[in-house]
Amino acid sequence: MSANKDTIARTITVAVLLCVICSVVVSAAAVLLKPKQVANKELDRKTNILAAAGISDPSKSVDELFAQITTKVVDLESGKFTDAVDPATYDARKAAKEPSLSVKLSRDQDIASIKRQAKYMPVYLVEKDGQLEKVILPVHGYGLWSTLYGFLALEGDLNTVVGLGFYSHAETPGLGGEVDNPGWKALWPGKKVYAEGSMDPALGLIKGAVDPNAPGAEHQIDGLSGATLTSNGVTNLVKFWLGENGYAPFLANLKAGEV
Amino acid sequence: MSAAKDVLVKPVAKNNPIALQILGVCSALAVTSNLNTALVMTLAVISVTAFSNLFVSIIRNQIPNNIRIICQMTIIASLVIVVDQILKAFAYDISKQLSVFVGLIITNCIVMGRAEAFAMQNPPGISFMDGIGNGLGYGLVLMFVGFFRELFGSGSLFGVEILPLITEGGWYQANGLLLLPPSAFFLIGIFIWIIRTWDPSQVEKPEFELAANSKKEAA
Repeated sequence: MSANKDTIARTITVAVLLCVICSVVVSAAAVLLKPKQVANKELDRKTNILAAAGISDPSKSVDELFAQITTKVVDLESGKFTDAVDPATYDARKAAKEPSLSVKLSRDQDIASIKRQAKYMPVYLVEKDGQLEKVILPVHGYGLWSTLYGFLALEGDLNTVVGLGFYSHAETPGLGGEVDNPGWKALWPGKKVYAEGSMDPALGLIKGAVDPNAPGAEHQIDGLSGATLTSNGVTNLVKFWLGENGYAPFLANLKAGEV
Repeated sequence: MSAAKDVLVKPVAKNNPIALQILGVCSALAVTSNLNTALVMTLAVISVTAFSNLFVSIIRNQIPNNIRIICQMTIIASLVIVVDQILKAFAYDISKQLSVFVGLIITNCIVMGRAEAFAMQNPPGISFMDGIGNGLGYGLVLMFVGFFRELFGSGSLFGVEILPLITEGGWYQANGLLLLPPSAFFLIGIFIWIIRTWDPSQVEKPEFELAANSKKEAA
């Protein structure tokens, strides 16, 4: 038995059979579980958007809460809504890698170190009685170890912050990972992004704690102690995404009512 | 029956894969910052070692000797992908925290080591038990490390607050070191120390002995 186990024909037969069986098992698992995984991802995304907007109601399901949010796609260059892609299926993270759907950022533009930027970005609007209440903008940028992905929500005046939350990052736990700390996140609501009359974002993190009486305190957030590079990353991504290469043209149009 | 019990219990303390064989330490550092991930990782590793041992053992008489390692790897890799897919479908949040480490079970030396050392020589039933036993041995260390890291690093167990943190208005100042992977080295070291105090037969013989201090006597 063991003598003829090592013939070439036997080796190839066993190898082929084993590979076929294993590949069938793996693909069956992948195909059968796909719908459930997609639903999970979708739910996760919606939960994060709701969390950034500060909308929570334990008595309602995520889908019910999400019903009040309208998803639209913005052309970042013109700052207007576009129908070029379907908001329901558009994936901006994928698009940023696609040359036809993204633009390469030059060194000076790329303050958030993201290299390529999708031409179109989804935005989420919360409207109440025909009045814009909140707008939620997806943002991302490089921290110390990883790209931080999150959402920044603004009030209807398009200047006051409602909240900021990251749903994916790999910063050092306990240091840069404190971007998830509810205590730190609570510092964001009420801060102002732009100084009066300017469309250049002034909001950013500073070293140490913010003195509430100092001039410009409404544009400052406490830095994360022991995490200078993550703090810089957060400042950079806010400055980038709310600046002229980010959502600033869109926000200006929205304010003027020309979208 | 006693043989089955033996292969099930022995790897937990007497022949622990992490503490005695020092295998699979890498993932033990990465996934133990809280008990939830440690528990899910434990279950994932137990199922992969058990089933890979079972399947390798079933076809052990068919596997040609010169491709046996790659055959074992194929089985292990397929099982790990299936486990990863199941986690993504049914425990999405935890699978997000575990990220690449589920996929890296493929390279966990415990799985491969048991397939090669045990399942290739033994019938399926007992190989399956051996897989569970070794998974449990791995899990014991994970839970031990996870317990201390979560309790003293974040003041909670399974996400339930035990020691109220200063940052949330309590009195406990969290130990940041315990949240970082190197702290698991200290804890695994202490675990090995405890095990070897309890069972001194696991202590390796010293490689050399210090000679007596001759200078002092001469003076």
